[in-house]
Formats: sequence, structure tokens, C-alpha cells
Amino acid sequence: MFYREAGDFKTSYAADQQTFPIRLDRHMVWGILAIAFFVVPFFINDYWEKSVLLPFLVWAMAALGLNILTGFCGQVSLGSGGFMAVGAYACYKLMVAFPWMNMFIVVILAGLITAIVGVIFGLPSLRIKGFYLAVATLASQFFLVWLFNKVPWFYNNSASGMIVAPERTFFGIPLTGANSPSWMTYLFCLTLVVVFAFIAHNLIRGRIGRSWMAIRDMDIAAEIIGVPPLKAKLSAFAISSFYIGMSGAMMFAIYLGTAEPTEAFGISKSFLVLFMIIIGGLGSILGSFLGAAFLTLMPVLLKNVMVNGLGWPADLAAHIELLLIGALIMFFLIVEPHGLAQLWRVTKEKLRLWPFPH
Amino acid sequence: MKLKKIGLALLAAGVLVTAMPAAMAELTFPMLSYRTGPYGPNGTEFADGYADYLTLVNERDGGVGGVKIKAPECETAYNTEKGVECYESTKGQGSLIYQPLSTGITYQLIPKVTSDKIPMHSMGYGRTSAADGKVFEYIFNYPANYWDGASVIIKHLLDENKGDLKGKKIALIYHNSAYGKEPIRTLEELSKKHGYTLKTIPVEHPGQEQKSQWLEIRRDNPDYVVMWGWGVMNQVAIKEAGNINFPMDKFIGIWWAGSENDVRPAGEAANGYKAATFHGVGSDYPVFKDIQKYVKDAGKAAGDGKNIGTVLYNRGLYAAMLAVEAAATAQKMHNTKELTGAQMRDGMENLKVDKARLEALGLPNFAPEINVSCANHGGPGLAAIQQWDAKEGKWKLITDFIASDREVIDPLIAEDAAAFAKENNITPRECK
Repeated sequence: MFYREAGDFKTSYAADQQTFPIRLDRHMVWGILAIAFFVVPFFINDYWEKSVLLPFLVWAMAALGLNILTGFCGQVSLGSGGFMAVGAYACYKLMVAFPWMNMFIVVILAGLITAIVGVIFGLPSLRIKGFYLAVATLASQFFLVWLFNKVPWFYNNSASGMIVAPERTFFGIPLTGANSPSWMTYLFCLTLVVVFAFIAHNLIRGRIGRSWMAIRDMDIAAEIIGVPPLKAKLSAFAISSFYIGMSGAMMFAIYLGTAEPTEAFGISKSFLVLFMIIIGGLGSILGSFLGAAFLTLMPVLLKNVMVNGLGWPADLAAHIELLLIGALIMFFLIVEPHGLAQLWRVTKEKLRLWPFPH
Repeated sequence: MKLKKIGLALLAAGVLVTAMPAAMAELTFPMLSYRTGPYGPNGTEFADGYADYLTLVNERDGGVGGVKIKAPECETAYNTEKGVECYESTKGQGSLIYQPLSTGITYQLIPKVTSDKIPMHSMGYGRTSAADGKVFEYIFNYPANYWDGASVIIKHLLDENKGDLKGKKIALIYHNSAYGKEPIRTLEELSKKHGYTLKTIPVEHPGQEQKSQWLEIRRDNPDYVVMWGWGVMNQVAIKEAGNINFPMDKFIGIWWAGSENDVRPAGEAANGYKAATFHGVGSDYPVFKDIQKYVKDAGKAAGDGKNIGTVLYNRGLYAAMLAVEAAATAQKMHNTKELTGAQMRDGMENLKVDKARLEALGLPNFAPEINVSCANHGGPGLAAIQQWDAKEGKWKLITDFIASDREVIDPLIAEDAAAFAKENNITPRECK
């Protein structure tokens, strides 16, 4: 009743092939985007910016990236934290070397640099698969973090080995640094995430996305029908690293403002991104967003309910929060092993038939 | 649709919960503490000391100048992102001072607190060059910073070697993070001056695995090992040092590597281990009687009361005491009961805690005198060396408070502060 495609006729190829073919889907996406772009910036404050929206956007970008590699191309990676570090350090070096450069360009260039690094670390994927590949990518995680700790050039010889984002403006308004208004940083990240989510959605539907999925489903069969594994796997690594690099750049420059490699980009971050896409749904763009939302917003929500709402001691709340998140993850994976995105898909199917399921 | 509704409900709940009313007629000292995670055991002791002293002031004196102190606690787990979340969630409550007990979080918050005009006190940690009050208006790190610590440790070694360290080998084993890297530059400068050779050995977070580092130390056989560790790294290092039979009295930690937690797991083997400290040890101070009476016996202790008198508990208590004194100073200066962040900053800049005041507070000879000024946010920079007595299970001070080598440290601070000012387009302010 609420959600149906009956009566939604397509009369041209263009209409049939548009990104969101179902009218209601399309309207919902536009609605959400309109709220995100035109309503939220007027109500955003520092707390919502730094604790809720920016982490969500940054992690959504990272989850999108890993989902391309793991969810669509079937290559397990535990190197996301390392690639985020590459993005962050590339962003820092670019910001310092070219102070005049537009931040959009800086972030995208940082992504491109990460893509190159990603391809290099993706080379082993041509020979090894599955868990063995996960271990190989783990090496990249440790190597990259070690590199950024070891070579002072990356952090411009600062005494503490930390990188600090200098203030950069966008049309005269500070975008990085402590004086940046919340709406500015939010809109910057939102624009990047929306644009690149749209690109990812279309990549997946196109030739390149189909070649990834063919490799994922059965690489030998894919090779026999003419999908070159070299191109498919390396392009997946490149594009995935591109996204993850951008998320690292955003995390460093916009969200946190400073970073040190071991803490900000440690192995726990790699796992976090992996958990996001597993919980959100492997092989789903929506799933990347849902997973990122679940793992970044749920702790904040639980903390607010328990500490500010119920007045519990902070340490008790922190322990219960860990338990609850763990329990929720298990609950969702038992109820729906294919992730939150699948839950949404099932809901849609049911809504189509509602209120006459038989 | 269902999911969306649930989502909206959750979102609404979030809005309701975060929209907390602002505090009235209270002094807010938010506690960015950590009682969980790999550094939890240390963070708990510090947080207990901090909270207990504030409770004591509220219960015994009725607050500062009659205004009660509120200390909302927020768990950071030593994690920078959570630290930022904690900061953002508490800064709107009239917060007067932040003490995050984490160098990483301190670095994160330096630009933020400066633009929000809330002072931050990183007592014996954080960015060392914050001692330059002309550049870092809202950041304080009195009574001593890492470079003071490094210098005092070297001075102690000089004393032991009759003023000559030529040809000695000193190894620095450090937590591979902003915190652990801080002393390297100072130790390098001092090695030029005193002629020892320095070898740096990093340990990765959290530091449970140090076999190769100690193998290296055994092979190199340095005369002394200096440690910049925190949390489980300290325990492991001291155990490993015991395993290779490294003489414990030649193994010196910074003040964050010198608590009971660090030495107890190694048992007898830790006997003789030394660490720097910038305040007294033990619970033989009159203030602890008050804590017993007003806080613990009244059932208001922050923890289970077991930590009272430990090194880190004392440090938390000292941090809280300095914050309370600064608030009292600010109240007098501005002739007001309620404070703003900027007024609190003035109070901290004019903070004087001399011998008589320490005695009045029930902490006679607990720490050296403190004299903060507009230009000097770093305090006196004095530290003592304490040594662990495993038989009695007690830390003992074995030196007086030693002054650091200002002639080496001051130029380093000026240089680093100038670099920060240049990077961030700060014009150093004038100090009268």
C-alpha cells in the first residue's frame, strides 16, 4: 500500500535505467537528501557535528570503500586502517605543501594516492584468496602504520610525531581547524559522501561492477567467460582504497584535526570497518550506511541514555555499552545473517504486499 | 517504514537526552576519565583521587567559596574519538577546566579549548611547549612537563656518576605515540651536553609484547634504561627487565611509569626500580584523615576506597587540588562566585601554592611550590626520584625535588611554541 511499483510505468530507456527506478525510492532518497542538505545545517551544533554526524559520514565513506572490495569483489581486507592512514598523511602533506589548494581537491588527491598504494598492496590478491589474503592485507596495516611512525618526513619532523591539520578556508570560511563552523564541515563531508555514494551505486550497476561480482561469485568461471581477474581485482583494490583514503583524509582534516598513526589508524579501525559492512550487509551500498550508522551512533546513543538519561556511573555504562553492542550484533546477525540491508529489503517486500499478504 | 519509525524514535530519544539543561550556580569540572580499556587500571586510580578530593571540598568546605563543584564523568577509554565526544558533550555545561589524562586527547583538544575559551590543564603530560603561556593561552602543564622529567632523570644519573656521563649508554624505551616521543628531543640535546649515547627503542601500543625490545637491551647492555610507558606496557617492561636480570636501580621510569600497578606484577624482581615524580608518595598526610572521614566513611568515595594513597590516586588528588585552588584564586580576582572559562584561566595564571598553603591544605611538603604566570604555564619544573621497595610494598622518595636543566629546555620550548604559533597563525600575546 505504501510501497509499490504498480502504475510506475517507464516509457524510455533512460527512465528504465535511472539510478533509482522505483518512484517511491527516488522520492525517499531526494527527501532524505533535501533534509540532510537544507534542514540539518540550520540545526547542527558542535556536539551533533563532532560526535554524531561527522563520524557517521567518515565511517560511511570507509565502509563504502571496503564494501566495494569485500562485498562486491569478494576480496577480504584487513588493511583499511592502514589505507585510512595513507589518506590522512597524504592529505596532511598536500595541505602543507600546497596551502592554496581547494580542500575538495586535496581530499580527492589523497584518495588517488591511496588508490595507488592500494593497488600495490592488492597485488598478492592475484595469487591468494580468502583468509590468506586477509593475512596478507593485515601486513599492509602494520607496515603502513609502522612507516608513518618511522619516517619523520611524513609528519614534518614534529616532536611528538603527530600531524595537525592547518586551518584552510573554503570561500573564506574556515573548513579545517578549531574555528570552522559546524555546518561547513558537515556540508563538506556530506557532499563528498553523497557524490561518491552515487558514483559507487552506478559503478556497481555498470560493467566494472558486474566484473567484480563475477569474480566474487566464482573467479574461475568469470575468467572463462572473459572477465580479466587482474583488471577486476586491481580495479576493486584501487577504487576501494580511493574511498578509504578519502575517508582517512576527512577523518584527519575535518573530523579530528590531529592524528597519530598508532591510535587513530590501528588494527581496531580495520576491524571496525569490516564489522560495519558485515552488520550493514555485504554487497550493498545502503548496507554500508546502515552498518556505519549502527557502529558509530549506537555507542553514542547508549552512552547518552545510560549516563545522561539514567545517571549511571560512566564506567559501568561503558562496560554495559560494550555488552549491549556485542549482544545487538549477535542478535542482528542471527535474525538476519545478510545484514541490516537485507532486513530493509525484506521489509520492502512485505510492504509491497501489505495489507494483503496472500 | 518500520525501521524508519524506530530510527526516528531513537533519534528523538537522542535529542531529548542530549538537550541537558545548563548548570546553575555550580562550578563544573568535567572529568574525562577512563576506567575501561588497556589503560583502565591507571585511569581509575587517578579518577578516584580527582573525584574524592572534589567530594571532600564539597562536603567539608561546602564547595569553593560556597559554590559546589560538579564533576560529570565521561568515559574516554584513552581513545581520542571518545575524548572528542566527551569534550563536545560536556563543554556546554559551563565547564571550567579539562584534565583528560591523555597526551593524545590533549593534542586533540588544544585548538578546540582555545577557541572555546576553556582552560585545559595537562598536569605532567600533553604538549610540552604548552608551558609557553604567550602562545598557548588556555593550556597549562604545571607543575612539570616531560622535558623537565627527562632532564631531572639525567640529573639524577649525573649525581650518581659524580657529574660525568661521558661514554655511558642510555636506552630510552618508549610508548610509540605522541606521549612516548616527547622526551626524545630533550634527551638528544642533553646527550650532546653530557656526552652519553642515546638509543631509542619504541614499543607499540598497548605494549604487551616486548620480547624483541628487551633482547635488544640485553645485547646492547646499556648502563641505564629510561622508560616512557603507560598502562600495561610498564608492567611488561619491568617484568622483562627482571627476566634479563637488568639491575633495577639502573632502570628509571617517568612519573607515568611509577605506580603500584606497574611494579606489583613483577613481585620481588621489581625491587629497586626507580621513577620520577612531582609530588609526595604515601598517605601520611593530614588530608587523608579528612578523606577518610568526609568521603570514605560517608560512603561517597568514587571507587571502592582501595586506591587511597596510591601514586596515581595522589596525583589525581593533586590535580583536583590545583584546580580548586585556581578556582578560588579566580573567584577572588574577579570578585564573583560563578566563573567563566576565561576567568578560570586568569585564576590558573595567577595560581600560587606555597609551603604555607600546602600545609593549610593538609599536604605539608607534598609538592614543590607552584608559581604560575601569564608567560610561564609550566610551573617550577621540579621533580624527585622515587624508588620501589618490594618488601614493604611502598614507594619511597630517595631525592629532594630536583630542578630541571632550564638552559637546555627553555630554548626547546620557545622553538616548539614558535613553530606552533607559525603553523596556526597565532601572534604570541604580550605578558606584563
